[in-house]
Amino acid sequence: MTTTSETALKTVPDIRGLDVGRVTLRKTLVACSLLLGTLLIAILATSLFGSEPLPTRASICAIASLGQSSCGLTPDQYAILLQIRLPRILLAAAVGASLAAAGASYQALLRNPLAEPYLLGVSNGAAVGTMIALVFFGSWEWSRPLMAFTGALASTFLVYRLAHSRAGASPERLILSGVIVTTFLSSAIVFVTTLMDATRIRSFTFWLLGDLSGTTTSLLALAMIVAVLGTAVLSANARSLNLLMLGERDAFDLGVEVSKVRLIIFFVASMLVGSSVASSGSVGYVGLVVPHLVRLSLGSDNRITVPAAAFAGALFVVVADTVARTIIAPRELPVGAITALIGAPLFVYLLKRG
Amino acid sequence: MLQADNITIKYGERLAVAGVSLRIQPGEIIAILGPNGAGKSTLLRALNGGIRPTTGEVLLDGQPLNQYPRRVVSRQIAVVAQEGDVRFPVTVLEFVLGGRYASGSTGAWGWETEQDIRVASSVLHETELYELSGRLMNELSGGERQRAVLARALATEASVLLLDEPTANLDLEHQAAILALVRRRSQFHKVAAVVVTHDLNLAAEFSHHVLLMKHGRGLAFGAPTKVLTPELLKELFNVQILVDAHPVTGVPRITPVHQSHR
Repeated sequence: MTTTSETALKTVPDIRGLDVGRVTLRKTLVACSLLLGTLLIAILATSLFGSEPLPTRASICAIASLGQSSCGLTPDQYAILLQIRLPRILLAAAVGASLAAAGASYQALLRNPLAEPYLLGVSNGAAVGTMIALVFFGSWEWSRPLMAFTGALASTFLVYRLAHSRAGASPERLILSGVIVTTFLSSAIVFVTTLMDATRIRSFTFWLLGDLSGTTTSLLALAMIVAVLGTAVLSANARSLNLLMLGERDAFDLGVEVSKVRLIIFFVASMLVGSSVASSGSVGYVGLVVPHLVRLSLGSDNRITVPAAAFAGALFVVVADTVARTIIAPRELPVGAITALIGAPLFVYLLKRG
Repeated sequence: MLQADNITIKYGERLAVAGVSLRIQPGEIIAILGPNGAGKSTLLRALNGGIRPTTGEVLLDGQPLNQYPRRVVSRQIAVVAQEGDVRFPVTVLEFVLGGRYASGSTGAWGWETEQDIRVASSVLHETELYELSGRLMNELSGGERQRAVLARALATEASVLLLDEPTANLDLEHQAAILALVRRRSQFHKVAAVVVTHDLNLAAEFSHHVLLMKHGRGLAFGAPTKVLTPELLKELFNVQILVDAHPVTGVPRITPVHQSHR
């Protein structure tokens, strides 16, 4: 009798103690719901901020009715709220979610906490694509996201190829490759700009820094759909990303179809960056700041990091854009200026820490 | 079960492995010995499909490795190699649970089952890491990290273990502990192990068969007592070597005789 219970003790070890701190589906759902709730509140709250004051109760009522009722707002107020502010806020959310989820995935895949769409040159690739679309296929609206995606994908592969020598890739080498691609593409951007007329150049320099004000309904819809689906696909590959984060060889040994997963991540992340850039230019550092904060608070299991980064990224850009459009109202800053102001010092900190 | 059939591996013009055959049976421990650059690690990586042979084939249960889905191979063959640096805050438990990837569900997200946790828990106990399971990988000492890598490989419950210098970072006590673990697996669970090592005495004590490799070729294969002879070892390492019987275990004891002592 004693022997059997002793063996039982040995073969069925106590597993409750291990569950503390481990990322589970439950923990992920709780964290994501909390972030989603905060995001919804932030969307409502920031829609009240702006150069034109709006009545709080009536505005919330109008948004809650999904625009079906004006709730006593004047036609002007109604138009400002639902046709100017809300679309812009929703775009901010979509762009923030896209860039943060893409950033978190790049970081895991490339084993580099500094990898970020903007710093890798992926955003610039998408920007070149967008500009080429504008200059050469200006009449066809969908050419912009399509070309942005193509540009993002091309620069992703270029940076990856440049960064990987036979000896593997060091974090520094990756960032250097990103700098090279970025500066090269910047000169391409300057070149394309010279093909434009003077009146458009000003709005372009604004757009290049990340500007959420000038989008269309269809681009907004696309950005939102891509943000949701892209984040879902990245999250579905998060367990593979967990192993890739430890090295491609380890991941291969443990059963990950490395080249297939890498292709999926590159493809989806490029779509996310492409649709963001096509609608709002290069908003920098979101993909660096947000995943970093998420990892600090929730750990680095990508099954929680990727979806949580998407929600937190949406929240971050919604707030940053509200600051951008109110801080020197009635004039506006590009939102990219605000995110860079926060992101660049963090980058320096991360680099210093090694 | 696992078999290398006259494999040759070329890196460009350089011949890393030249026509080596190896048959690995359940429960068998094979040590691969040889000087640096002899192609030992390359051969080991080929056995797991990590490097494709230029000619020849690696067969798992009679079928070429590359005809299996990656997950199926990883369920049967696990690798213990030197760990690269972990740049993200990953806990020991998360790290070890990585070993359950191939046996996990393929569905979206892929969360660990209770069985996965149970396996992880038992290998953490076996490798004496249970108390550290909540610690971050990059806070561990070299030896602890090496044990975590072994724990992750054991967590796969694979029937073949490929170990590339598994004891390189370890002190004597933990060297012995890791080898005892591998031996126990081989004895009681019929796990086969292929170990690349520079420690000749360890190989003598611990393996059933020894493969000597030089310049990518198999120099000799057989039981330690047959293969670890002064003549073969002199040919292998270009060093005078004294072989006598270990006073306790009776296995060959290898002592290099350095020039300065003659």
